[in-house]
Amino acid sequence: MPNTIHIPTPLRPFTDKKESVDVSGVTVGELLVDLTTRYQGLRKHLYTDEGKLRNFVNVYLNDEDIRYLQREQTPVKPGDSLSIVPSVAGGAYEVGGSWQ
Amino acid sequence: MNQELPNLSADEIKRYSRHLIMPEVGMDGQRRIKAGSVLCIGAGGLGSPAAMYLAAAGIGRLGFVDFDVVDFSNLQRQLLHGTSSVGLSKNESAKRRVNDLNPHVQVDTYETMLSSDNALELFKDYDVILDGTDNFPTRYLVNDACVLTGKPNAYGSIFRFEGQASVFATREGPCYRCLYPEPPPPGLVPSCAEGGVLGVLPGVIGVIQATESLKLITGIGEPLIGRFMIYDALRMKFRELKLRKDPECPVCGTNPTVTKLIDYEQFCGIRPEPDLSQVAGANVNDWEITPVELKKKLDAGETPFILDVREPNEYQINRIAGSTLIPLGELPRRYQELPRDREIITQCKMGGRSAKAQDYLKSVGFTNVKNLRGGILEWIDKVDPSQPKY
Repeated sequence: MPNTIHIPTPLRPFTDKKESVDVSGVTVGELLVDLTTRYQGLRKHLYTDEGKLRNFVNVYLNDEDIRYLQREQTPVKPGDSLSIVPSVAGGAYEVGGSWQ
Repeated sequence: MNQELPNLSADEIKRYSRHLIMPEVGMDGQRRIKAGSVLCIGAGGLGSPAAMYLAAAGIGRLGFVDFDVVDFSNLQRQLLHGTSSVGLSKNESAKRRVNDLNPHVQVDTYETMLSSDNALELFKDYDVILDGTDNFPTRYLVNDACVLTGKPNAYGSIFRFEGQASVFATREGPCYRCLYPEPPPPGLVPSCAEGGVLGVLPGVIGVIQATESLKLITGIGEPLIGRFMIYDALRMKFRELKLRKDPECPVCGTNPTVTKLIDYEQFCGIRPEPDLSQVAGANVNDWEITPVELKKKLDAGETPFILDVREPNEYQINRIAGSTLIPLGELPRRYQELPRDREIITQCKMGGRSAKAQDYLKSVGFTNVKNLRGGILEWIDKVDPSQPKY
């Protein structure tokens, strides 16, 4: 059974507009690598040039922040889902959602 | 009954009767609401529904920090403002609307941009701060000022069809920086390229912010502390994520390093734009072209390649005749379609995305690229007023 990664709206242009992507792997890190292999354009939004997860991109395994689990080494079970939760600034004014 | 809470008049009792008959609110709860105050940062998409429901619910005092003027494009979602308010200051328009909804509410307006110089002073007289801003520097400023003044932050944020909400900066709970210690660098993701917002979305998120404000003020229910709500309007799904207070948090952690407000523009990596009017030779330069100059070129029979980097739905609204559409996000895989032997003019709505396109094209070896200053909007203003603006 594959695992699902929820793609937030601002990153959907890089996943052919898909809101979720099925991926496989046994750790959080492997799922993310599978995702960015399928959608190369996502890589620079999730990883630094040194290959580290960017710290303004939060990754959740089910409802838990992976920073409080074992980060990218966190094991995943079949059916677990990952969410990428980027910071979004949009609100009151024009130039809607200045998601920078 | 708490004697320090304000009493309700006969009119107020009639007005709030649907609250008063619920034991969870009742007379005491309604008097707490009357004693309560909320400061709305921004009287826009999120501030509108939040303020209107808080006013109707009988909040004692509402503050608005805004310096904007009502524009037609606000009316699709900012219900504080109506057609007759276009051109009016948002604060004034908000005050009129709130006064009409409920004359018992005191409205205080601050015609200013929230800054490190005024935030602490503004926040100190309110019970809850309602963050309805639209940019990262102000988000961090609101958060830090909430932590420093000990005021809870009813947070909401929206993007296209998706919204986020939480309550930050309570004594026990996490703050915004526990979740996002650092902002994304500007320019990593195209800013206004995929912008826009479904008009009803801030309604849902702003009302969540108002709900949380009322719960904090009355002390009922389980506030959205340590939880992060994500709402997807297209799929009509709510998801909830756990948030933890980070002991290492620079603002609310055990050994805070941020103990006063800082320069948030700098923190978010935003530098002031160089003032091009100061450059010798006036407004023309090597990397920019004005709409009038482009028009002259075209009239003189020159054939620059006009590259519109907006999204297809924007291109449907208006366009420069003869331009070619390649959205900014597609440029990295489609730039080979561009002619190497012609001058390229990049263009978007206002000039921001097209400047990024220009930078990108230079990075892949194009040398003769100019950015159309002010984008299609300035083109319409200066050259072709027959087209609609958005």
